Amino acid sequence: MYGNAYIDPNDKAAAMLAGEDPQKLDAFEKRIAAGEKIEPKDWMPREYRKQLIRMIEQHAHSEIIGALPEGTWITRAPGFRRKLALMAKVQDEVGHAQLLYSAAETLGKSREAMINDLITGKSKYSNVFNYPAFTWADACIIAWLIDAGAIINQVANAKGSYGPYCRALDRICTEESFHLKYGHDNVVTLATGTQKQREMVQGALTRWWPPIMHFFGPSDKISNHTEILMRWKVKMASNDDMRQQFLNMYVPKIWDLGLVLPDPNLKKNDAGIWEYTEPDWEEFKKVINGGGPCNAERLAVRRNAEERGRWVREALNTSESKYIVPLA
Amino acid sequence: MNQTSSEAIKELLYKMADDLLIIGHRNSEWTGLGPILEEDISFSSMAQDKIGQAQALYQLLNDLGEQEPDTVAFTRNANQFHNAQLLELPNGEYDFSLVRHFLYDHADQLRFEALANSSYEPLAKVARKVKGELKYHVFHANTWMVKLGSANEESHNRMQAAFNEAWNYALGMFEKSSFEDQLIAEGVFEGEETLQEKWLANITPYLIKAGIEIPASTSWNPVFGGRIGNHTANLSPLVEEMSEVFRFDPTAEW
Repeated sequence: MYGNAYIDPNDKAAAMLAGEDPQKLDAFEKRIAAGEKIEPKDWMPREYRKQLIRMIEQHAHSEIIGALPEGTWITRAPGFRRKLALMAKVQDEVGHAQLLYSAAETLGKSREAMINDLITGKSKYSNVFNYPAFTWADACIIAWLIDAGAIINQVANAKGSYGPYCRALDRICTEESFHLKYGHDNVVTLATGTQKQREMVQGALTRWWPPIMHFFGPSDKISNHTEILMRWKVKMASNDDMRQQFLNMYVPKIWDLGLVLPDPNLKKNDAGIWEYTEPDWEEFKKVINGGGPCNAERLAVRRNAEERGRWVREALNTSESKYIVPLA
Repeated sequence: MNQTSSEAIKELLYKMADDLLIIGHRNSEWTGLGPILEEDISFSSMAQDKIGQAQALYQLLNDLGEQEPDTVAFTRNANQFHNAQLLELPNGEYDFSLVRHFLYDHADQLRFEALANSSYEPLAKVARKVKGELKYHVFHANTWMVKLGSANEESHNRMQAAFNEAWNYALGMFEKSSFEDQLIAEGVFEGEETLQEKWLANITPYLIKAGIEIPASTSWNPVFGGRIGNHTANLSPLVEEMSEVFRFDPTAEW
């Protein structure tokens, strides 16, 4: 998992470039157009740095917050095989957060500052983790379909322009591909299992479908992502394109398992485009702004963990230790 | 192997496997909640090792005619577990979790080192693999024990208080089995008394470096009972949580 950081749609191109040296900007854009990667010590526009920090930071936050709904099922996973696999999976996610915070730190913001912005509610994380994982099957649906969505997003972003982020994403995507197999195997087991198991997984899928449809962000019709972020290869694919790709890859697999998706309008039209009921974007906005079922709880858990661990971090912060920006 | 040896070995395997399963479960509870990300990851790694080691020992039990590892681990009641009470205590704060980790892993490392030469070859084979993994667990515990025991006043006080709280429970790990003499005589295991002596000798240098004091031996009062199924009130909810999904549909494959 888990990231699907997206860009503030209201950024205005002119404001974004205000005060930049036109020659440096031109050289920077030529490098990106030529497919070169931008590295931490290279010149970059202020807005490029700002948007990347925000995006990578959100992605990192999504990894650690995303560990919470799945993490609650580690202690309840049924049997050794599932327990060991889920532990390893969630551990990977925490490891992704570590990689991503390091990538963001190369742009000049410390991990501590990022985590502080997370727990004070200043920076966001993926909206899907504001929903609860009621049953074991919810954790299985998350592992399969949310991770599937994240892979689509991350494979696209791995072709972006910022070197440290791309390298982190390459590694993350490799691990995510195992999570996807893990999630799929679990869902297949439940969907082909006993009556109780089939009901459990159908219930989870029905609950998770709206958040999954929200996962790639608002429709392109209402999200006029800036052309400039595409040109700078910060944003690599449109929200609707990623959603189409997801539906195309996973709806047939879901239907193959005899599971029902809670959208009567979902179908692939003659042009090969998936049609669906427009997701409730008001609900999406409400949740992203703190009004979801678990926003308060997720942040409270994170705040509590930070608070309880403070003495440990202070003990590590001795005179001989000094802050080092991670290598890219 | 005669009938008595088989019972003696099963008893040894059960207590070791249950220790590992329960501490693995507790370690895994830190996932997502550690004081720094690197420690979430460390405790998760150790949890995975412990649970895997428990599984290997339950498999040996299965080979001796006991039920499948999943059935044994996920369907027993708390009073059928043989873990030492130390391991079922809640994680508490990071200080207590680290202290317990330090005290238990030192003992476990020595136990598996001794068992690597056991006359019971299936166990010796598992032990030779496990002791390699435990080296890193002990290294992790030593590093943190020394660091936090001596970093500043708050961390020192916390570690000492957690140590005092854990101590008598830790001594309870060495509760003797009724088969003790037989296991020693047959060369299966060197026995709890020898293990405890070695353990004290091993932990002492690190405690000195950490500035942590062992309570005066006159106050030692080992908490026994875990090995015969007597547990604190903490084990039952843990076992219920662990088996919640498994028991939801006992006929199912998960």
